[in-house]
Order: sequence, then C-alpha cells, then structure tokens
Amino acid sequence: MLPTNSSEKLVSFATPISYKFECSVLNAVVKLYSLRLHNFDIIGMIFFDNISKQYNHHTAALRNVTLRIQPKEFISVVGSSGAGKTTLLKLLIREEEPSEGKIFLDGFEVTAVHRRDLHHVRRRIGTIFQDYKLLPDRTAYENVAFAMEAAGRRDEEIHEDVPQVFELVGLTDRMESFPHQLSGGEQQRVAIARALVNRPDVILADEPTGNLDPVNTWEIIKLLQKINELGTIVILASHNKEVINTIDKRVVVLDRGMVVSDQERGKYLL
Amino acid sequence: MFLTTLKRVIKAGYLSFKRNGWLSTATVMVMTMALFVLGILIFLGALTTTALDVLESKVDISVYFVSDASEENIFSVKREIEVLPDVSAVSYISKDGALEIFRERHRGSALIIEALDELGENPLEASLNIQARDPSNYSAISTFLLEKNYPAVDKINYFENQVVIDRLAAIFGTVRGGGAVLALMLAFIAVLVAFNTIRLAIYTMREEVGIMRFVGAAAWFIRGPFIVNGILYGTIAAAVTTLIFFPLAWLASPRLLLVLPSFDLFHYFLANILQFFAIMLVAGIGLGVLSSMISIRRYLRV
Repeated sequence: MLPTNSSEKLVSFATPISYKFECSVLNAVVKLYSLRLHNFDIIGMIFFDNISKQYNHHTAALRNVTLRIQPKEFISVVGSSGAGKTTLLKLLIREEEPSEGKIFLDGFEVTAVHRRDLHHVRRRIGTIFQDYKLLPDRTAYENVAFAMEAAGRRDEEIHEDVPQVFELVGLTDRMESFPHQLSGGEQQRVAIARALVNRPDVILADEPTGNLDPVNTWEIIKLLQKINELGTIVILASHNKEVINTIDKRVVVLDRGMVVSDQERGKYLL
Repeated sequence: MFLTTLKRVIKAGYLSFKRNGWLSTATVMVMTMALFVLGILIFLGALTTTALDVLESKVDISVYFVSDASEENIFSVKREIEVLPDVSAVSYISKDGALEIFRERHRGSALIIEALDELGENPLEASLNIQARDPSNYSAISTFLLEKNYPAVDKINYFENQVVIDRLAAIFGTVRGGGAVLALMLAFIAVLVAFNTIRLAIYTMREEVGIMRFVGAAAWFIRGPFIVNGILYGTIAAAVTTLIFFPLAWLASPRLLLVLPSFDLFHYFLANILQFFAIMLVAGIGLGVLSSMISIRRYLRV
C-alpha cells in the first residue's frame, strides 16, 4: 500500500509552483527526471488519490477511489452504466473536477493545473470517445493534423507524422475523406490516429466500440492492444464482457462509484 | 512559432468560412442588413441636415414695395432693417430683377411667357428679402416693419406665411432631436440582430469547440479562427453594403433632387465613398470580432 507521507511529499513538490507556472512545472518535471523516477515507483504513472465525485447531495458518482496505473499498462475499467467509469476518465482530463482527492500524471498534479493551461495536460492524454468526436468540416488528415497544429508542432513534423499514424491505423487511403464519408469503424480509427499522433503517455478510451459492429469492435480492440504493446498506457472503459475477457489484462470493476475488484489478468465479473 | 500559429489560425478561419458556406452566407447577409441600416442612417443624417439648412434659409420675409417707390426710398428702408440685431441678411430685388427671375422660373411654360409679353409692362414689384438669424425672430421683425408703417411698402408676406413658418420652426427642432433618438434605436436593433446571428453561428459550432479543447488546443488557438471569421463577415458585409448603395443612390438621386435641389445624393455618396466604406468596415469588423469573442467565451470553458 501507498505510504501516505510519500504522497504528501509529492504534493509539496507539485502544489506551490503549479498554481502559477504550470507550463514550467511540466518542463521542470521532465528535467527533474530523477526526482520523478524517485516517486514513480511508489505512485505509478497515473495516480488517483482517494478520489470522490458528487454531482449532487444524494448520489456519489465516485467514492474514495484510489488507483495506481504503471507505465505500459493496459487497464480495463468495467461496470454497469452509472458505475462511474466515464466520470473517472473525465476527471483525468479535467472535464469534471473531483469533489475530493487528487490526481497525478507522471509526477505532477493534474487537479492543480489552472484551467487556462489545461491543454498542456490534455496533449499528454489521447482521448477516444464512443461517438468519435471528429471535427465534421475537416478531412481525416486535417483532424489528425489539428492535434499537432494545436500542440504547436512544425509543419515538417506534421507532414511526416500524420501519414505514419494513418498507416498504423490502416487508413492511408481515406486520409482526404470527411468524417461523414467514413464508416463508424473508420471514424473511430481516425479518432485513434488523432489520439496517438502527439505520442501521449496515456490513451483514454471511453466505450470506443459502443457504436460498432463485432468485426469493427475487434479491429479497434486489436489496435488498442498494438498501441499498448508500443508502450502507451491504455485505459479502456467498457461494459462489453466478451471484449474485456478476451483482452486478458488488468480489470478494475466499479460498482456504484466504488472499486469492488482490481485484478491482474482479470475477467468481467458482474 | 508565433507566425506559424498565426498562419494556421488564419487558414483555419478561412477554411471554416468556406466549408460552412451557407452559414457564412446567411451571417454575411444579416450583417449586410445591419450595416445597410447604419448606412441609411448616415445618409438620412446628411439629408436632414441639408434639408433643414435649406428650409431654414428659405424661410424669409419679403417686403414688397408699391410700383412707384423710388430706389432711394427702398434703400433707406433696407438700411433701417439691416441694423436690427435679429436680421442676418437683407437682399434687394429690383422690378427688373424680379421680372428676370420670373421669366427664368417659367421658361418652360410658353403660355405664361406669352401672357407676360402681351401685358407689355412689368407687373412685378421691387422687394426686400429679409433673413433672420433664427426662424423664431421673424415675428419680431415683421412686427417692427408693421409698426414703422412705411408708405412705400405695399405688403409684407410674413403674415401670409406665418402659420407655415412657425410650424416649420417647431418641426426643425423636433426632427433634430427625434432623429438622433430614432437613429440610435435603429442602430441598436441592427447591432443586436447581427450579434445574435453570429452567436447562433458559433452555437452550431459549440461541439467542435469542445472537441478542440479535448484534443489539447489552447483557448486562443480555438478562438482565433472564429475571430478571423468575424473579420471576414464584417469585411464582406461592408463591401456588399457599399456596392448596394451605388445603384440605390443613383436611383434615388434624381427623385430627391426634385424635392431638395441642393442635395445630390449620388454625388454626396461618390464624394464620401472612401469614408463611407471605412465606417462600414470598422462597424462590420468591430461587430463581427466582438460578437465572436463574446459568443465563444462560454463554449471555451471546458
């Protein structure tokens, strides 16, 4: 178990600076690699520290969730609708704020980053949604390139990396299509390409196969596994029992906002 | 880095303008209408000012002299009137002068000219034209003339026109004040309509704004293209409005000239076209950019 004092040590390192100089903190964290490694083994790459989230007084979406995720892990978060899977993912990208607790990514406190600097955090997290969330008036290529442009990457890098990532998701021939010209599975692969292109630390996939047929579902899952094998953390939220059981990796089961089971090579239990 | 970003923002703004063709067209049209109202107000302002000036200068008192009044007699009256503090100008029209003006005015109608020629002698009277500094001074001036009771004076036309003159004086005051209020109200409505249209346009884009945020775009990187859009809306609307006024001013000009000979709308438009376009441009771009900035704020809060 995590010794509480180590978490406090980390907080004292991250909190005072982070209010004003989030960007510099991010850089500093990278530079202070040794320091990060020092905390790294204890808290992991991603650390949900006693997180609770209440939307109103009666219901709690999450209750005292503590989760540690190590580099290169593939973790499935399962549970019935309303168990808190999506809330957990939303907290990591700060779409929602936790009512209690802190979240750390790679040694800095995500929950302390100022709203104005959130994009620095989000560039390190690739997000995939059930409804793809592609920009409808941009081509597949432009959708992926947008993530790089937004991150301030150079044009040459963009010209080089975007085709590569399309090759990875197997859509080289559809780069110039608009989202409405693509099938659901193809759109989701574009979304994955976009999530990947900035080489994030983590890929968040919230029910990525929810709108897809079985064939496309397996292709997306295989793609996520491949990405994970290349070294990126994948957090998959799903209630597809078959998919979870086949992946055969760590499974965290949420029920009414609480972690009821956390197993390496787990199965969908509910 | 900054230049690259600027280039990307401008390109994105241009592309979204082009690809959302209908939305852009509709927004530009509403904006054009708003600017059109502003343009009309500008012209109306110029028109009323000119019209009021002309009308005010037209209001005068004419003192007519009996046919056998000598010029010395008339000039001595003129001198007496000129020294009055309320009088701004007095002009003398001799019998011959009056005849000439009369002939000039009725040059087109052969009947009148013929009748005049048949008469043989000049039936017109010499007159003094008195202009006051302010329309409200006329009654005082005419009272003065009446009290003096010059023997050479045949008639003073103020009393014939008194009702008209007084009413005009009242109308001038009302038009000046009311026009400004009306113009402000119309301008306000136009601005509100344009603002709401842009708000709606951005409302349709709210999901995209959210997506961009999740992908890791900074707020200004998302806001930028919308501001570029606002600039495009404003510029195009300003150009279209200016173009619309060409045929409009050209068509309205001859009709207006009949009513108000000293105001040539088309010439006025041509003479001030750069200024007019500049005002439209500033109003259009200002409106577009401000509306965009205000509208997008709430959708960036994710």
